[in-house]
Amino acid sequence: MENKIYDPKMECISRDELFEIQSKRLAETVRRVYDNVPLYRKRMDEKGVRPEDIKTRDDLRLLPFTEKTDLRDCFPFGLLAAPKKEIVRIQGSSGTTGKPIVSGYTANDIEVWTEMVARALTAAGAGPDDIIQVAYGYGLFTGGLGAHQGAQRVGAMVIPMSSGNTQRQLMMMKELGSTMLCCTPSYATYLGETAREMGIVDDLKLKSGCFGAEPWSEEMRRNLEGLLNIDAMDIYGLTEIAGPGVSFECCAKNGCHVNEDHVIPEIIDPVTGEPMPYGVPGELVFTTITKEGQPMLRYRTHDICVLYDDPCPCGRTHVRMGRITGRTDDMLVIRGVNVFPSQIESVLVGINGVAPHYVIIAERENYTDSLEVQVELTENMFSDTVAHIETLRRQIADQIKSVVGIQCKITLVAPRSIPRSEGKAKRLIDNRKI
Amino acid sequence: MFIKQVSVFLENAKGTLKELTRVLGENEINLLALSIADTAGFGIIRCIVKSGDVDKSIEVLKENGYIAKANEVLCVGMPHKPMGLANILALIEESDISIEYSYSFCRSTLDDAVIIIRPSDKEKCAKILSDAGVHIISQQEVDKF
Ligand SMILES: [Zn+2]
Repeated sequence: MENKIYDPKMECISRDELFEIQSKRLAETVRRVYDNVPLYRKRMDEKGVRPEDIKTRDDLRLLPFTEKTDLRDCFPFGLLAAPKKEIVRIQGSSGTTGKPIVSGYTANDIEVWTEMVARALTAAGAGPDDIIQVAYGYGLFTGGLGAHQGAQRVGAMVIPMSSGNTQRQLMMMKELGSTMLCCTPSYATYLGETAREMGIVDDLKLKSGCFGAEPWSEEMRRNLEGLLNIDAMDIYGLTEIAGPGVSFECCAKNGCHVNEDHVIPEIIDPVTGEPMPYGVPGELVFTTITKEGQPMLRYRTHDICVLYDDPCPCGRTHVRMGRITGRTDDMLVIRGVNVFPSQIESVLVGINGVAPHYVIIAERENYTDSLEVQVELTENMFSDTVAHIETLRRQIADQIKSVVGIQCKITLVAPRSIPRSEGKAKRLIDNRKI
Repeated sequence: MFIKQVSVFLENAKGTLKELTRVLGENEINLLALSIADTAGFGIIRCIVKSGDVDKSIEVLKENGYIAKANEVLCVGMPHKPMGLANILALIEESDISIEYSYSFCRSTLDDAVIIIRPSDKEKCAKILSDAGVHIISQQEVDKF
């Protein structure tokens, strides 16, 4: 697909210049929250950090973390760093239990967010000639309005359908000739399947889609692209930071570029909180550096992913984040090494072509932790000779060792012998008595 | 030249073999030959059934949650006397073919002893043995056992 860039000057800026901009904006943000938000001031005082200690982006590690619970505890306006009269919008997430989470935006915050989405839509091919159908829900949820604002910014014709009413979505898509679709990847799949059943896919003008608000996989992408004959692009975001557009995919379809001139991403060790280098999996943490209404210092997403800083063929210099592969709650620490089920899964997919069911079991014997991976044998893996299966077992163990750094015991078990709940197997069992 | 064999993966747990034979038995499938390979971690059951029962065996095993596959092995007859097997193995060894495993039939309609061989290269092994005048038993013969 075509490589289109909304703001080449900023999106392709040199890493050195970006570092300067980030450093300046970070220092301003820290000063702002220290002066205006009691929680941040208290946390910084506790750590003995003064706003003037934050001189460059590298000083980020000195700052305290912010958790989702902080947003709940400070509901609704406790984290505002701007006077209430400057707040022009509230967005939020309903949350299934207790208090919702809300975020206040100044006019400039809306402007910045709009631009972030405009960059994402442009990367997905959008321009003034496009007709963009927004099938995210409109309301407190950031999906609908976020996509809407960005689509309007690139000069497209926007159809604010909101979510649901599939027949009507498809009728409008066909009659108005929508060229782009914005919604969740699962809803897009449903729309695609329904369009196939109705036999109208060839009547559609869709060329691409920006899909987000839930984690998805390469397999889902391939399926969606085939269903609707489109380029299916990933867009990532969270209400706490801005909404959709925090990061987005380019034509290389190899990770989402984070809008680093507005948001600084970090990967940390979820246990120690220490920052980790690019290229290794860990917990994703964001710091906003242009937000006025409700800035976030080192907000812990508890999502596991990898950040990449190697050059991208599209020319953008902002780092890319890989797909979210898990949550920090799904992590085990074995002999000081963090083990994520997603790493084990990637090894199994590589060997077998499909991810078999597996479970990771931690045991402790004589003060030593050990790890066993039980893998349900699939037909592909089975053969009539012991040597073949033993080789496979060794291969799995060796590759896990090289990816995770830990020697595991691999046990091959019969199909469907790993218990499942709601169709999904429990991936981690920790039998250690600590 | 080759005969069909059914291989099944078994976990090392109590009663798994009994359960497997029950599934086959209740589906009227008779085992003509059987071998069990067990390792510390798992087992592989290999068996010979009549050729008409191969697909059915795999089908019912899969329905019952097993992993089962069919493949081809070599079946040879040899005089029922000392050195019968040794002479055949010597022929195979001379030609640099290795034997993954071997097992024998419980009974047959032939006077010969009948064994199953899974060589590393089954085409080559079959040729060497038949050139040496060894009786290679066909699927049709096995089906009459
Ligand atoms: Zn790129």
